[in-house]
Amino acid sequence: MQKLVVIGAGMASGRVLEHLFETAPDAYDVTLFNAEPRGNYNRLMLSPVLSGEKSYAEIVTHDDDWYSANGVTCRFGEAVVKIDRDRKVVVGQNGEVPYDKLVIGTGSAPFIIPLPGKDLPEVITYRDLDDTNAMIEAAARPGSRAVVIGGGLLGLEAAAGLRMRGMEVTVLHLMGHLMERQLDEAAGYLLKKDLEDRGITVLTRASTKAILGDGKVEAVLLEDETVLEADLVVMAVGIRPETRLAKDAALAVGRGVEVNAQMQTSDPDVLALGECVEFNGQLFGLVAPLYDQAKVVASTLLAEPAAFVTKELSTKLKVTGCDLFSAGDFAEAEDREDIVFRDPARGVYKRLVLKEDRLIGAVMYGDTADGSWFFGLIKDGTDVSEMRDTLIFGPAYQGGAAVDPLSAVAALPADAEICGCNGVCKGQIVTAIEGGATDLGMIRATTKASASCGTCTGLVEQVLAVTLGDDFVLPAAQSVCGCTDLTHEDVRRLIKSQALKSQPAVWQELGWSTPNGCHVCRPAINFYLLADWPLEYQDDPQSRFVNERNHANIQKDGTYSVMPRMFGGITTAAELRAIADAADKYNVPTVKVTGGQRIDLLGVKKEDLPGIWYDLNAAGMVSGHAYSKGLRTVKTCVGTDHCRFGTQDSTGLGIKLEKLLWGSWTPHKVKLAVSGCPRNCAEATCKDVGIICVDSGYQVGVGGAAGMDLKETERLCDVPTEEEALEVTAAFVQIYRENAKYLDRPYKWLAKVGLDWVKAQVVDDLENRRALAARFELSQTVYRKDPWAPLAAKAESFAPLADLTLEAAE
Amino acid sequence: MSWIDIGALDDIPQRGARVIKTQVGCVALFRTGDDQVFAVSDTCPHKGGPLSEGIVHGHKVTCPLHNWVFSLETGEAQGADSGSIPTYPVQVEAGRILLDATTLAKRSAA
Repeated sequence: MQKLVVIGAGMASGRVLEHLFETAPDAYDVTLFNAEPRGNYNRLMLSPVLSGEKSYAEIVTHDDDWYSANGVTCRFGEAVVKIDRDRKVVVGQNGEVPYDKLVIGTGSAPFIIPLPGKDLPEVITYRDLDDTNAMIEAAARPGSRAVVIGGGLLGLEAAAGLRMRGMEVTVLHLMGHLMERQLDEAAGYLLKKDLEDRGITVLTRASTKAILGDGKVEAVLLEDETVLEADLVVMAVGIRPETRLAKDAALAVGRGVEVNAQMQTSDPDVLALGECVEFNGQLFGLVAPLYDQAKVVASTLLAEPAAFVTKELSTKLKVTGCDLFSAGDFAEAEDREDIVFRDPARGVYKRLVLKEDRLIGAVMYGDTADGSWFFGLIKDGTDVSEMRDTLIFGPAYQGGAAVDPLSAVAALPADAEICGCNGVCKGQIVTAIEGGATDLGMIRATTKASASCGTCTGLVEQVLAVTLGDDFVLPAAQSVCGCTDLTHEDVRRLIKSQALKSQPAVWQELGWSTPNGCHVCRPAINFYLLADWPLEYQDDPQSRFVNERNHANIQKDGTYSVMPRMFGGITTAAELRAIADAADKYNVPTVKVTGGQRIDLLGVKKEDLPGIWYDLNAAGMVSGHAYSKGLRTVKTCVGTDHCRFGTQDSTGLGIKLEKLLWGSWTPHKVKLAVSGCPRNCAEATCKDVGIICVDSGYQVGVGGAAGMDLKETERLCDVPTEEEALEVTAAFVQIYRENAKYLDRPYKWLAKVGLDWVKAQVVDDLENRRALAARFELSQTVYRKDPWAPLAAKAESFAPLADLTLEAAE
Repeated sequence: MSWIDIGALDDIPQRGARVIKTQVGCVALFRTGDDQVFAVSDTCPHKGGPLSEGIVHGHKVTCPLHNWVFSLETGEAQGADSGSIPTYPVQVEAGRILLDATTLAKRSAA
């Protein structure tokens, strides 16, 4: 009998032995090495073992009886030291075994990020039964906390299992959404939501800096200095093929052990399969191709012709209650078409990717019942042009209606707040409609919904349409862009009432028709989210126009203008000297005094921006935000300090206002001015907020403009003290931030909601004024920071990625 | 073709771009939301706007100066605008971005 040695008792090699003994039980005398002190078991089932839904005994695939019945010599718990191909022997820790044929199935090794603290005893990976048992043991201690690094398949299964065993679990994921290799953003968002619903904290874009602890794990430190307390750290960031034995034996090894279609390595007597191999440049992590490889290995060992071919793969997550499915290729491309179906009420998302009338990819979340049917269409390359219109509804679909543009509003629960001013929920409006209120006027009369600021009018009308059906004709409203039928006002209201805190959340819950928006909606949604959730939402630079992303104004020749802040228009000789030095050093062609009482450096090259910022920062200056939909400048006159007509310290108030408001983002730009007397030298009556000082105090005007439209401010209120002037201004800016449509200046927004409504909120209702000012201050704790300083430290990202003109000249 | 290593995929932010200087002018390397990379001319044919500074959505980019939208795959202007930008072969292998040096040197050789 020929001698066969198998290294590694994983799922793939177990299958090889099964096929071998079925076809030719007497062909080989088999020795099976395994570094783990046990035989073959189903590794895919470790997740149910971790969560407690299964026991180890239930997942054993081959037991001692099976090995002895087939005459397999088991060398479990013994690592292989080397393969000697010249003498055709495998050297184990306890001695040599000769072979005629050798099968390498060493699988993969978990990737360990080289972090400080990675060697602490409570830092574990998730590969085998020992890891699983270590996690079960850690979870048994009451009140213990786990941090899982890696939001891929394995990490999430570990997190769900630990949570089911009662641990507090946080998942850290480097990318913007979970399982980014298997899911698109929309499905990743729904998965995150489901995991959060079961008590798992998920942090995306979270980069780990170190694992802290003295002798044992105590906490995990993130790059942004967040500290998460932890008793257990599970590292599940990826795997790499375990190729050391093969490499030492001088077999051809790329990323994995290289094999041909017969699963032979560069030595025809040595075969390899599973996660350790590379075939046609491809690695394998899922079980289906491993089983195919096992069949081929068995045939090759018996000298029967067989060839391995790669097939389409599908992925499912083994977390009870999270239904997701992905298969094929779902990247976007010019010659591909998307069919997207979203049902916000049920948390369902389906996306099919078609190319030349054939289905090539599918991602589904929430309802995966049709997954295998779609997978079949992908594998078979079926022509789907005949059933294209109804394809997304699955094989059971029998005719039906088009998708309803009102579905987002129809899906809202009865307690969803529609009118924020008067606290009216959808249920109350529906009740009023059922009680006979059949148009907007009657709804306003009976429920007060949309009777105050009016921004929810569109939503109230949609509730009417949904409830009354064909009896109500929806007035045509301007939607945000082609990605949605909702208006800006609708979107703002729904972001608040449904607590939507990320862009994928908005796209999914409000039924966006594009995968990730467009250049019209992205900046608007980004602003709405950061205005409504300053602490939770992180500003997305890629959803900003160039000026706000680069913190400088792009000019028509592609250069930029740089303008440092001069609070209240006051500067010093030292600042002017620094500006002059910067102008010299960076060859600034134009230096201009602006209408906003500061100095503009025009014609700066992009790669010089970090340098000039650094120099201006060093002189104590910060960005003037001359490029932002945010606070620009507070223009002042000299007031009582020098002027013989001045009634108050207008310069001082201007500086205080600018120090209060700077860095804040608003729907459009906001300009202020403070004049020291009614002669109004600071031209305060054409600003968004203009204050005129008088003997008795301060006259606060709002809604002025001196651009495409020329408008004088309207009086908001008169206040006796500087403190009140500051508070009223902050409250006004905040109510504008919370309610206005993106790119509406205050005067345009005021024309829609009416000055009276704003007065009632900001002037008459003192408690509300303070609450608005407090919310503004909360947001400012995040945004009252100089954006130049952190960017100046990342100078390389402003330079070209490469300069090929130099190389070509060599 | 001769592929040269330009840099790491992670050097470009998702839905963002970086510029490289070449013999044929500035070329913008775009990384889309689904992690694909495209190489196209950085210069908008309308008024010369730097396309690398535009907002990236799907496989398209919007010029920051006057909102012309271009397909990153074909280089064709979308919608009512007409015009196109050159596209260049690019591939990503093991997290590295590779460009074809021969196409980028073509015009200077002529």
